[in-house]
Amino acid sequence: MLNNVSARTQSSVSIRDLSLSFGSVKVLENLNLDIHDGEFLVLLGSSGCGKSTLLNCIAGLLEPTEGQIFIKDKNVTWEEPKDRGIGMVFQSYALYPQMTVEKNLSFGLRVAKIPKAEIDRRVARASGILQIEPLLKRKPSELSGGQRQRVAIGRALVRDVDVFLFDEPLSNLDAKLRSELRVEIKRLHQALKNTMIYVTHDQIEALTLADRIAIMKSGVIQQLDDPVTIYNKPKNRFVAAFIGSPAMNFLTGELAEEGGRAVFRTNGVSFSLAGYDASEPLKAGRKVTLGVRPEHIKVDGDIAGGEVHEAVVDIEEPMGADNLLWLKHAGHVMSVRIGGARRYAVGAKVRLAFDMTMASLFDAETEERI
Amino acid sequence: MDKSLTMPISGPAISGSNGSRLQAGPQGKRPRKVLSPRNIIVYGALGLAAIYYLIPLYVMVVTSLKGMPEIRLGNIFSPPMEITFEPWVKAWAQACTGLNCDGLSRGFWNSVRITVPSVIVSIAIASVNGYALANWRFKGSEIFFTILIVGAFIPYQVMIYPIVIVLREMGLYGSLYGLILVHSIFGMPIQTLLFRNYFVSLPEELFKAARIDGAGFWQIYFRIMLPMSLPIFVVSMILQTTGIWNDFLFGVVFTRPDTYPMTVQLNNIVNSVQGVKEYNVNMAATLLTGAVPLIVYFVSGRLFVRGIAAGAVKG
Repeated sequence: MLNNVSARTQSSVSIRDLSLSFGSVKVLENLNLDIHDGEFLVLLGSSGCGKSTLLNCIAGLLEPTEGQIFIKDKNVTWEEPKDRGIGMVFQSYALYPQMTVEKNLSFGLRVAKIPKAEIDRRVARASGILQIEPLLKRKPSELSGGQRQRVAIGRALVRDVDVFLFDEPLSNLDAKLRSELRVEIKRLHQALKNTMIYVTHDQIEALTLADRIAIMKSGVIQQLDDPVTIYNKPKNRFVAAFIGSPAMNFLTGELAEEGGRAVFRTNGVSFSLAGYDASEPLKAGRKVTLGVRPEHIKVDGDIAGGEVHEAVVDIEEPMGADNLLWLKHAGHVMSVRIGGARRYAVGAKVRLAFDMTMASLFDAETEERI
Repeated sequence: MDKSLTMPISGPAISGSNGSRLQAGPQGKRPRKVLSPRNIIVYGALGLAAIYYLIPLYVMVVTSLKGMPEIRLGNIFSPPMEITFEPWVKAWAQACTGLNCDGLSRGFWNSVRITVPSVIVSIAIASVNGYALANWRFKGSEIFFTILIVGAFIPYQVMIYPIVIVLREMGLYGSLYGLILVHSIFGMPIQTLLFRNYFVSLPEELFKAARIDGAGFWQIYFRIMLPMSLPIFVVSMILQTTGIWNDFLFGVVFTRPDTYPMTVQLNNIVNSVQGVKEYNVNMAATLLTGAVPLIVYFVSGRLFVRGIAAGAVKG
């Protein structure tokens, strides 16, 4: 352990063997996480997975049952929130309703008894970055949702902190504003280069914003990787199913050998596994689940080569830019993403091929990637 | 993609250049009958209940404005033939209780001196209690809260004798301070419950944000929570003011004749057995005693509604 500490001096936030339980309910269990300086880390998971709890622990709003939290190599496990060098943005904005925007921004600084000139300088800088200068004299009730969230970010900004914590900051906004502010947060990170920890249940936010994503399920981090790896090489079936919309297709079957080469067999149909990058030998007879994303199934003209199967169009979902085909084959219904301009009639026969280099095989029992 | 697919549904709905497209038949808002059986029953019942409550008040007001000769005629419902304010003056300044003949005014000022400090002390303590219980969960806070709530259900009568002894030992028995202390303590369970529930209903994230901003227990209370809680302070003030003003039991037990609150003095005036029963003075005295809670309801009731409307900030 001691050796590790010196090796970890690069990390901005370090969470070590953290556990938290409310009575007999264990919310976090033995959690370890190191966040690099200037990194944008997203904690992703469905509600109740412990991601917000973890963020509250980092902020110092919840006391861990066991374990330690380091920020900038300083053990802050017992520190007050204000002494941790963090700023936090909440889902409900949490602006003080009776104060103007300016007073909201400066509240923390006034509490810390910082000189007036310095307060004005910092408020001016934050409101300049976030373009909220015209709103400074207004009350939160006179602002729109997007403006309120901008002020909330500003409140973290004025405190000149090392680490920003975001607790589902965009979940209360409508879809259009959400995508706008998402870009702004990314731009903010590029400009400030602070460490940011961002909690969300929205996979698009996670994929677009993160340097690394930590996918959580019932208090345990399932996979911690960059978005591309998470998307293309999910560590287990949970991660594979959680990330991606439309969702990955899962075909249950078993491994077999045909002509000396490994194949995946389901309902009597064999799929060649040529090109699949397996981490262990593919032993015949093992029960497995094959996962293929909708865009990694090629149809008709897109087929570049490899093994070709024939399927029947079950249903068609045009989505503008894309067209989602639901195809019936080998006793399964699978979704395939094709260009929006290509249309098929229901019942039409199509040829399809799996891109096995991008597929995932999971053990049927452990659900771990093979 | 194929935009023409959706057009026919919404397209032609906007026409109307050559006359209305409306047909005869139901259109717009459905008309409601004023004299429906439902309305008759509802308004009839409400009207009867209002009359039932207002007739005694009417009789009291009318009687208090009559002279004694007119009252002896016995027409209690008839309006006064000659309006006189003498009974009101007498009730306020001259009515006798025992040896004192300075009217209700003495009781009124006693009541003011009891009610104002009791309301302030009990609200100040209860609001901090409620804030601590709602936001600063400490070990055993739930147990503490449960004990407090149980306290609200124990009948007052059980505790009167022990409290008399406690006050006597403290040297406060018979003084206004003793009564103020008793009122403050007895208001605590229900007031704390009221404040706790209100503070729990405020978004928790506000409290968290304030902590991140570095505010401590009192700073969060005074600068964040208090400005957001005007409505509950008004509700609490109404409950405490009217409750303490209307109290009779504690007043009669814990004070002496020269420190009797208004309610006790009213009772003594109305129930005095010597001399002629001056109904008009009794009615005026009763109305005077009831005026304070009534004014509190009228004034702060409106404030209360305004407070709720002003304090509402949508998430």
